[in-house]
Amino acid sequence: MTKDVSTRDIVYIALFAALMAAINLVPAIQIGFLPVPITAQTLGVMLAGSLIGAKRGALAILLFVLLVALGLPLLAGGHGGLSVFFGPTAGFIIAWPIGAFVTGWLTELNWRRMNTVWFFVFSAIGGIGIVYLIGIPWLAMVAKLSLWDATKGSMIFVPGDLIKAAVAAVIAETVRRSYPLMQTAR
Amino acid sequence: MTIGLYHPGHSPLHRASAGAKVLALVAISLVLFLVPSTLVVFLSVPVAFAIYLSTGAPFRQLMAQLRGPAILLGLIFVFHLLFGSIDEGILAVARFATLILLASAVTLSTPISEMAELVEWLLRPLRPLGVNPEKVGLAIALAIRFVPLIAEEFRHIREAQAARGLAANPLALIVPLVIRTLKSADELADAIEARGYER
Repeated sequence: MTKDVSTRDIVYIALFAALMAAINLVPAIQIGFLPVPITAQTLGVMLAGSLIGAKRGALAILLFVLLVALGLPLLAGGHGGLSVFFGPTAGFIIAWPIGAFVTGWLTELNWRRMNTVWFFVFSAIGGIGIVYLIGIPWLAMVAKLSLWDATKGSMIFVPGDLIKAAVAAVIAETVRRSYPLMQTAR
Repeated sequence: MTIGLYHPGHSPLHRASAGAKVLALVAISLVLFLVPSTLVVFLSVPVAFAIYLSTGAPFRQLMAQLRGPAILLGLIFVFHLLFGSIDEGILAVARFATLILLASAVTLSTPISEMAELVEWLLRPLRPLGVNPEKVGLAIALAIRFVPLIAEEFRHIREAQAARGLAANPLALIVPLVIRTLKSADELADAIEARGYER
């Protein structure tokens, strides 16, 4: 957290990290044709970027990841602790703050013309594109899988992630209309 | 506060300092990745399991925590069987098992406050780069304080929406939660600024 992070920013960062934890209480949804349940985890990543901007969004998710590392069971299903960072999926979790940053950065650049569609596109780029771009090579490396196999294995999560990006977009647009976010923010 | 994965106890691991445990964990993970010897990896799994048990947490709780990672490792092993070699699969899975067991043992035996102090201490050399460890500490403390409060808020909203027949609708749950969180963030920031915390 750099010099230009004010107390107000820290409060936003801390409360959004806590919000991300609470969002994980939303029960995983099992949709018939999808092989894996949809958890709310990356929804928080997309929302942080869309709602409180690149820097604060990324720091909020970084703080959330730090809380998990400290030993709080905040991930979906009550997982947490240092073991998460030594498991095969560590790359995805480490990519979350970067994903939130990219979503937030794109949102800030285009703030004047934001609508549900743009929120969806930027959530998908940050919360899916960036996260997989880092998570899959990491998985391949530490699990000794080929890049192609790791990609295949990860693809089962993409449909659920796309649904999450859509949900994040609708939430972000609704909040944007009902609460003065960026005006007070910067 | 009893949230968290920490389990109080008096094992040797509990008595070791957080810094030493994390350092050892990082060192072991480096060794396991740089020395891909099947023998080392095979000896390390039972040893790591013994260390995991030595934390003294209830056996059922220990086993329950391993279920998620076990499923994941099973999947990776299947992938190796289908598309790679069994040897590589065994090596990769055994390495993960060791590290996950050891990392879980560290988390089980270290209070969150000690881990947070370690983070603040580790961040101190970054001060010239503009990182303020005290502000990071404030953010950690605030977030830990607000996790149960926001979770409680979430339960209220869910009950209110259930009364309207909207209990399973993520939009109806998350939109009010986000707006209430933003509102309390603004109020809290006003309160902190009014008390002159900044300077």
